[in-house]
Amino acid sequence: MSAVLEVINLKKSFGGLVVTSDVSLSMATGDRVALIGPNGAGKTTFVNLVTGALRPSSGEVRLRGETVTKVGPTGRVQRGLVRSFQVTRLFQDMTPAEHVGLAVLQRTGNSGRLFGNFLTRTEVMEEVDHLLEKLGLLPLAHRKVREIAYGQQRLLELAIALALKPSVLLLDEPAAGVPQSDTSRIEEALANLPSDLSVLMIEHDMDLVFRFARRVIVLAAGAVIFDGSPSDVTKDARVREAYLGSYAHASHVA
Amino acid sequence: MSGDSSVSNTNSMTRLRSNFIRRDLIGIAAIIITALAGYLLFPDNLALLTRLLAIALLVLSLDLVTGYCGVATLGQAALFGSGAYAAGILSAHYGITDPLLMTLGGIVAGVVAGLVCAIVMLRAHGLPQLVLSIALVYLFHEFANKASSWTGGSDGLSGIMLDPLFGVFEFDLFGHTAYFFGVALLLIVFVLLRILVRSPFGMLCRGIKEDPVRVRALGASPHKALVKMYVISGAVAGTGGALSAISTQVVALDSLSFTQSAEALVMLVLGGTGSLFGALVGTLIFMLFEDFVSAANPFHWLTMVGALLIAVVLFAPKGLYGTAEAFLAGRKKHDGETRA
Amino acid sequence: MQTVFSIAVDALAYGMVLFVISIGLSVTMGLMRVVNLAHGGFAMIGGYIASYVARDLGLGYALAVVAAVVFTILIAIPIERLLYRRIYGQPELTQVLMTIGITFCIIGITNFIMGPTLKTIPLAPALQGSADIGFRTIPIHRLFAILCGLAVALGLWYAIEKTNFGIRLRASVDNAAMAAALGVRTEIVYAVSFAVAVGLAAFGGVVGSEFLPVEPYYALRYMVTFLVVVSVGGAGSIPGALAACLLLGAVDTTGRYLMPEFGEFFFYLAVIAIICIFPRGLAGRAK
Repeated sequence: MSAVLEVINLKKSFGGLVVTSDVSLSMATGDRVALIGPNGAGKTTFVNLVTGALRPSSGEVRLRGETVTKVGPTGRVQRGLVRSFQVTRLFQDMTPAEHVGLAVLQRTGNSGRLFGNFLTRTEVMEEVDHLLEKLGLLPLAHRKVREIAYGQQRLLELAIALALKPSVLLLDEPAAGVPQSDTSRIEEALANLPSDLSVLMIEHDMDLVFRFARRVIVLAAGAVIFDGSPSDVTKDARVREAYLGSYAHASHVA
Repeated sequence: MSGDSSVSNTNSMTRLRSNFIRRDLIGIAAIIITALAGYLLFPDNLALLTRLLAIALLVLSLDLVTGYCGVATLGQAALFGSGAYAAGILSAHYGITDPLLMTLGGIVAGVVAGLVCAIVMLRAHGLPQLVLSIALVYLFHEFANKASSWTGGSDGLSGIMLDPLFGVFEFDLFGHTAYFFGVALLLIVFVLLRILVRSPFGMLCRGIKEDPVRVRALGASPHKALVKMYVISGAVAGTGGALSAISTQVVALDSLSFTQSAEALVMLVLGGTGSLFGALVGTLIFMLFEDFVSAANPFHWLTMVGALLIAVVLFAPKGLYGTAEAFLAGRKKHDGETRA
Repeated sequence: MQTVFSIAVDALAYGMVLFVISIGLSVTMGLMRVVNLAHGGFAMIGGYIASYVARDLGLGYALAVVAAVVFTILIAIPIERLLYRRIYGQPELTQVLMTIGITFCIIGITNFIMGPTLKTIPLAPALQGSADIGFRTIPIHRLFAILCGLAVALGLWYAIEKTNFGIRLRASVDNAAMAAALGVRTEIVYAVSFAVAVGLAAFGGVVGSEFLPVEPYYALRYMVTFLVVVSVGGAGSIPGALAACLLLGAVDTTGRYLMPEFGEFFFYLAVIAIICIFPRGLAGRAK
């Protein structure tokens, strides 16, 4: 089994403050991993280290066998590591078709083209339509993002990520801020993600974690304290301590 | 949007496309009609109108980096002046007097200047970036001032000779040829830029302006794209500079000044950033207003220009064109929701 | 040796003048995030008032300084209330447009009232001539400018670090929303800071008139200089502004003495070098 994403002894400290202490994990093709942890466990720092927004103090990140520790965020995207954002980051005056189209063109190396309008290029538009269709966004393809609902914007984030054809997808709380009535559509979209895609999901909502993940990693105080199956996580003494000790919503875990 | 969604999708695509083309045609028609009206109404003032065309190219070039990419600069005249000096020096020192070759020289010089400015300016963000642009235009200015054997220093570069355009149209004393040459250049640039701003690259640049982090997450490098846009902007500004050198047959040190840069920025913001029409409208109104007021009342013209700028900020915060466009869009849509 | 010494004194005095004028801009820019290109205009108004009081009315230098500060603040208050309030929190470009407009109006109106000529501010007799400091003599006015700069730096440091107002000011600079939530009336903090900034600009305009002559296009000519030193220093930082002013004052003065034909070449070269090394300014902090 070759690992798609490997994180080896990752450490990060700001001055004297150690935020991530010695985190290692490995993901294979098609993995569905959820990363959970109480507030302040260092999840955001971990995401930034993996995506390349931050440089680790020591340790290594490998993508499909290649060491990318010194590669910046754009280089990691080009090598197949794509992320979504906890709060949607979309261009308010552009349409879903334009977002996904730009991602497709970026993947195929055509986003720097000075001529031609991709809305009229059939091979790009077919792929765009296909992706939007899959996520149920096709009727909104040409509306401005500012005019569509937040739940739909979350789905669009997913469509953009998929348009980049990643091998590892890092989902930062994909259902955050979505009204209860719309979460089922997000869950459905997550369930339909390509089976050869490795997905690492950062999530608070334990229901979603249990339904989605086949493996759970628990981060507390910057270190991995649990790595195993969802059914074992609630029984683990250290996890219970980490949550019950510092986390108000302990009932979600227990 | 009823019926089969893929059908409605194709429909809206066709609609969008025809919308683009309609706006292109309106823009081209507007430029031609304005140009003809200027020619017929002010036949004695073609020098001012040709200068307006050259400055319009400068403001368009500024709109590319400031309006579309969000890089605020008070040094855009460095690109414009480089083009003007290159075109002038080709003629005055090298005997290359073909206006098209001189224009090409201006474009090349503008591109080089744009590249230099991009490399320096993109090292900082926000206010320090703005200050870098100011420092750059002063350096260009001092350099041109010192290299007086090439540029004529503070006396300006003179001795620019011109062949007839296409070997046929003499550059006459009244500036008819120069005027139409300028109109043609502006039309060509306008059409090319209309294509550019809705190309994938144009879309990417607007994305960079709004959220560089998102663009990086798409795997695109904002830095690379900005350098590229600066180079394109340099070509446009260089065209404007060359036009100014060709039409006046002198190049003054002013064409490379902070003042010229600041004026261009004022015109752009006045018209409305992020829209080619806004850049053109801003140039037209500012230059005509300035000309009219300074002739009508030389004692108060600066105060009046100042008052105009203040009034625009207070009453038309998106610029004259931007505010008018938003107003019309708001009226069209009955739900009253305007573009924020 | 005498040359080196007089360059050093001039550089120091010039740097201090820059500091006195620009520090107000640094505070308002750090606090209100306004790119205020009209700041030099207030220094110019101060210079014109001082010239009028000292030369035309013959009331003496000390009174001229006081009148310049007081009347410039009185002129600035309505401008702040009517115009600046509207651009707080607006995009940079809007602020640039508005403050250039204000600058144009200040120049136009000042020229209309005072006439388009260079104005002098006669120095007090005590400030003329030279002082003997043992091994060298220094023009007293230079010494006065340096002392003014030091006094302003110390005074501001005390006001910001040691007083109640300073605490509120620092809180507002750090996080205006949070400060407001804690009961700091940021509007008042803004208004007072703006008044102090304008007053210092006027003071600097008068004290510095030997270096930056009071003339009709003063506001436009030095608009950039003040903006540049503030951002090189890092907006909102007193030590940063002081360092930037002394450094750039030294570069500019030395360049003018040794290679006058190069104009401001070295000044702007230094600016580019510093910003490329410190993209957030000398005292800049990551926000």
